[in-house]
Amino acid sequence: MTDSDKKAKNGHLQNSSNPRGTFWSQLAHGFSPAIVEGDSCQVGYESSSGVSIHIENLNKSFGDNHVLKNINLDIEPGETFSIIGPSGTGKSLLLKHIVKLENADSGRILINDHDVSETEAINAKRSFRYSMVFQSSALFNSLTVGENVGLWLREKRICGEIRIRRIIQEKLQLVGLAGKQELRTSELSGGMKKRVAIARSLAMSPDLILYDEPTAELDPVTSDELARVIISLREKVNLTTIIVSHDLNFALYLSDRVAMMHDGEVVAIGTPDEIKKSQNPIVRNFIYTTTKGIQGEGG
Amino acid sequence: MFMRFFATMGSKLLNVAQGLGEMLALLCQTIYYFKEAPRNLTSILRQMNIIGVDTLPIAMLVSLFVGMVLSVQTGTELALYGTQEAIGAIVGVSMVKELGPVMTGLLVAGRIGSAMAAEIGAMQVYEEIDALKTLEISPVRYLAMPRLIACLLTVPALVAFAIVVGIFGGGVIAEVNPKINVPFSVYYDNMIRALSYKEIFKGLLKAMVFGGIIGHVGCYIGFKTSGGARGIGESTTRSVVLSFLLIMVANYFLTRFMI
Repeated sequence: MTDSDKKAKNGHLQNSSNPRGTFWSQLAHGFSPAIVEGDSCQVGYESSSGVSIHIENLNKSFGDNHVLKNINLDIEPGETFSIIGPSGTGKSLLLKHIVKLENADSGRILINDHDVSETEAINAKRSFRYSMVFQSSALFNSLTVGENVGLWLREKRICGEIRIRRIIQEKLQLVGLAGKQELRTSELSGGMKKRVAIARSLAMSPDLILYDEPTAELDPVTSDELARVIISLREKVNLTTIIVSHDLNFALYLSDRVAMMHDGEVVAIGTPDEIKKSQNPIVRNFIYTTTKGIQGEGG
Repeated sequence: MFMRFFATMGSKLLNVAQGLGEMLALLCQTIYYFKEAPRNLTSILRQMNIIGVDTLPIAMLVSLFVGMVLSVQTGTELALYGTQEAIGAIVGVSMVKELGPVMTGLLVAGRIGSAMAAEIGAMQVYEEIDALKTLEISPVRYLAMPRLIACLLTVPALVAFAIVVGIFGGGVIAEVNPKINVPFSVYYDNMIRALSYKEIFKGLLKAMVFGGIIGHVGCYIGFKTSGGARGIGESTTRSVVLSFLLIMVANYFLTRFMI
């Protein structure tokens, strides 16, 4: 890279760290009437409080394939809860039930004692927000990084435009991507995409955040960074976190409690220590593998 | 043997009925969200730019040659009977009533409808639609509504341009082709006498319906996409085929009831 290139790049970054964004992004979002509504946010946006989740006798089949078998789980408010298990045991499907992307055949899911399957009208009155970080990140290709992060705020008109820009900046800083608002999502690496997806989820100021395989495409160093982000979030914000992962060490390191799923059933629940000491052969089989298991202790 | 035949036919019929029902349901939802259009003005304008401005050059080129070939074909036949002055009326009326709306409709279906199906299909496959749902943003409002409105408004505008260019092309050929040899002024007067505002309005109304078909089919097929890159490819093809079919069917019925 030549000196002039470097200068150009630095200049670009400096420009993009301007909270008002570039001329074009100002012009585009100037159409949004939110710009005249000033600096305040809707009541309740700032505060988030962990929610409790109660899953009762949940069943789901696709044709003859019985994927989720009588799942029962209780997750406490403010807890970091991991669901581990081999691929294809219905972990991600369980997450999709919690965020209402799938409907159960039988059983129910209560979040803060609200049934998630009830009609929209009742859900509109519920007092919690949830967001999900998808395995593929699922960023919107047509939007820039900043627009991705601010999408919910703009579409729901939570805040005035100037405030939204400041929130975008804050959330990107939180995941270590300060000043990258104006980049296209296609210019990002896998790890950066994941972090933008987390920033997008955080912009909702959620009470419940769900991570679907957060480390699936990441190298060990980036996984560590991600773990630090999740831990620092837990310290700063009071929210309930659910992590679905087959990355054993990641889950055991972060979580307050861990559930192990196998073949559509929850076979063990406990603190990371309890899971490590479990005598259940299925659990032992999963955690004491050669290449990705936990070190020592009979591996 | 017969039982299996009827079972296959029955299940195919059920599939078609289910598809029609889903399309109708999506259409109703999309129209319901029209009330939110002012909020999504930016994305409507962006879509109108893609559908209108980007398609305009190719649409005009196509209709120029359609007008020219029409003029050559009918003009040389008419010249055999010495009635070639009528060529202005023939080119004008056929461009306004049929060729302008239908040719442009097919062009936009191939160019824009397929792109819409592919774009929304890719969003479906790569979980972006799910992400929208978890952000509590309705995919129908955010994706389908701006596209349908943009199609409804932009396709008639494209057709208007196409008609003008097509008639102009026909006129030029009528003047320069030695076998036809009709001066442009005669061609023009003849064409003006044959056309009424009502005819033009009907032509543009057709164009609007075709635009609606293209936008709606593109979005519906996109939302129904599943199965990775291959699924996206299939959706692209399916949207073009379904749009072509529906445009032709709608064209017959619109013509039949607007006569």
